[in-house]
Amino acid sequence: MAANGIFDEMYGWNDQVQPPYAKIAEWLKNTPPELFTSKLEQAELLFQKIGITFNVYGSAAGTERLIPFDIIPRILSAKEWQKLQAGLFQRVRALQMFLHDIYHDQDIMKAGIIPASHILRNEMYRPEMKDVTLPGQIYVQIAGIDVVRVAEGEFYVLEDNLRTPSGVSYMLEDRAVMMRLFPKLFQENRVAPVDHYPAELVRQLRSVAPERAAGSPTVAVLTPGPYNSAYFEHAFLAEEMGVELVEGQDLFVRDDAVWMRTTQGPRRVDVIYRRLDDDCLDPLAFNPDCLLGVPGLLSVYRNGGVSLANAIGTGVADDKSTYTYVPDIIKFYLGEEPIIGNVPTYRCSRADDRAYVLEHIHELVVKETQGSGGYGMLVGPKATKEEHEKFRQLILSDPAGYIAQPTLALSTCPTFVAEGVAPRHVDLRPFVLTGRDSMTLVPGGLTRVALTEGSLVVNSSQGGGTKDTWVLED
Amino acid sequence: MLSRTAESLYWMGRYMERAENMARILDVSQRLAMQGRPNAAQSEWSAVLAILYAEDLYAETHGEATEDGVTEFLTLDQSNPSSIWSCIHAARENARALRATISVEMWESLNITWLAIRDMTVADLQAKGLREFFDWVKERSHLFRGVAHGTMLHNDSFAFTRLGTFLERADNTARLLDTKYQMLAFGGESDSASSYYEWGSVLRSVGAFRAYHQMYHDVITPERVAELLVMRPEMPRSLRFCFDKVTENLAGLAEGRSLECERLSGEFGSRLKYGRMERILGDGLHEFLKEVLDRTAEVSLQISRDFLMTV
Repeated sequence: MAANGIFDEMYGWNDQVQPPYAKIAEWLKNTPPELFTSKLEQAELLFQKIGITFNVYGSAAGTERLIPFDIIPRILSAKEWQKLQAGLFQRVRALQMFLHDIYHDQDIMKAGIIPASHILRNEMYRPEMKDVTLPGQIYVQIAGIDVVRVAEGEFYVLEDNLRTPSGVSYMLEDRAVMMRLFPKLFQENRVAPVDHYPAELVRQLRSVAPERAAGSPTVAVLTPGPYNSAYFEHAFLAEEMGVELVEGQDLFVRDDAVWMRTTQGPRRVDVIYRRLDDDCLDPLAFNPDCLLGVPGLLSVYRNGGVSLANAIGTGVADDKSTYTYVPDIIKFYLGEEPIIGNVPTYRCSRADDRAYVLEHIHELVVKETQGSGGYGMLVGPKATKEEHEKFRQLILSDPAGYIAQPTLALSTCPTFVAEGVAPRHVDLRPFVLTGRDSMTLVPGGLTRVALTEGSLVVNSSQGGGTKDTWVLED
Repeated sequence: MLSRTAESLYWMGRYMERAENMARILDVSQRLAMQGRPNAAQSEWSAVLAILYAEDLYAETHGEATEDGVTEFLTLDQSNPSSIWSCIHAARENARALRATISVEMWESLNITWLAIRDMTVADLQAKGLREFFDWVKERSHLFRGVAHGTMLHNDSFAFTRLGTFLERADNTARLLDTKYQMLAFGGESDSASSYYEWGSVLRSVGAFRAYHQMYHDVITPERVAELLVMRPEMPRSLRFCFDKVTENLAGLAEGRSLECERLSGEFGSRLKYGRMERILGDGLHEFLKEVLDRTAEVSLQISRDFLMTV
């Protein structure tokens, strides 16, 4: 079943069923394909009925699409998970310290680990945040870290998402649908539950409320509105947490505080889980043309009148060019070796690296340092000569705007596609929550799968699908 | 509750009720058009447009008022903001903005309604049969109210949804009664047999045919139909019933505050409660019903002043 030279999550290197998959492999063998087809249809009806859809950018407003769901779960053992958890906690802890540092004393720049210009000239660096002290010095309450695997026990971090990472609703809904379709599988396999995620999220959000609001702080989820691609998730999380889902127009600033407009008059808000980019948060401080935010929000935030999750200015830490420094960041702040490494990465801003990239572009994946969602990316081996040339020119005209990585042999996982069950490449996005005194990682995450044979692009906007992710209990 | 949430709940309730009322209006017109009054068919369809103040919009896009034209205009026409298609779409879009507020069952029921009508064509409609289609719309609306009643918390969210339902219904009952009363009561000679069928159709369209007989045990007269639809507190589509419900929900929402919207609704409700039908008919039912429409709009406006523009 496994393709040549690629590690398969279920079948390893050479059709050896991996221990966590023992029961699922058995089930797969004994289940007639017709049943998969009918269960898959049932799953799609469920998703359609529940309305788990996302809006596609660039198509007509309100165009809703289902993200393809695959019914074969992706499974991790308790041991694999423990290692991942340790690595993710370490990484996120170091990144929080990094953010606090670059907005305060800037030790890491003084120590020459990262050039000051790299930070200060980064578009995502927010000078407005300089010397603003946040509750618990926490910048990233919600981190989505994209992890890939290339061999048994060999994981790499592909990307840090520290702004407004999305996808956690799929982790929860995929599980709910799987449990509904295949209750027996959950009797046979001891799968760690994930549905306490919203409870953990609201607990961690409350923990970073301003001191003044201690007791029962008011939390709200700030969404750009129903036409945002992740609106379903915003509504879902607000509902599950039992907090208000607000749009910018529902909030206003008065007397150094943020208020919601309610049917009973104004009500003060203490913590805003914002699913809006920095640029749109406050038209008075950032982009004046974006009217989705709240005029005056930044000034209240700087004075500690309201907490934002995530903080303003975290984009500088998940930028693809900063990514290359994360192992150094971990060593600098924690004095530890990274438990999970980076994918080897070439910085086009460095002459040696750039020369190598220009010469080997047909073997590499080239990414914009500030792109996301699989846009602005070149997969060398799959691209045409013209595309190679186009990216060479792009890199030459803006070297700092690009990085390159070798095409990784991402692991595959058996997936139900038109031809039957076949291996498809997967990645994993676990969600790390950080509060004032603790970190939480719900055992699971979003497994994305590239449904096209051989494809490495798993983004939902590019036709990727999702799978339920199981972490087995010991 | 967020003011915007309250507004969406209110409009969700109004639009779903409006979809049902469109089905009812078309249903009664269909029935009347089949009863062969002189020129009935033609005038019937213009009258439908008149009820909705939609003559101009219709004329622009469809020209002469014909059965097929008006039916399409009010069922599946996406350019008509009051068509059943548009009402269900608007109800569902409001619900979409309320995903965090309404129950899962409520969302699912509305979403399923929407998915069923989204791609429906006129050919589908004819294949299904118009009566079938109207029944389906009414059933989905019944389900909407039932699911709301049975699964939503009976708190402010529920109250705002109910306000939308009953204000829309009051508006509709007034319009329906106004046009039919003018047409049937003053539309020339009519014997008791045709009166029975014609007023019977009106009663059926508001689901009150049996109720009428249970209450009056007598022949159908226009005056009694008017009384039933204006004054009777036990008739769920009467103006009295609607205003009682609006006042009741506003009192709950006010929580002891003294709000102008509650006073307005209560004031007009008292006239419905203590007024006399003979007097209303004597002064002119048409004038009275026009006032009902004004009052309904006034209460609706005051609700937004009192709850939606609080800051």
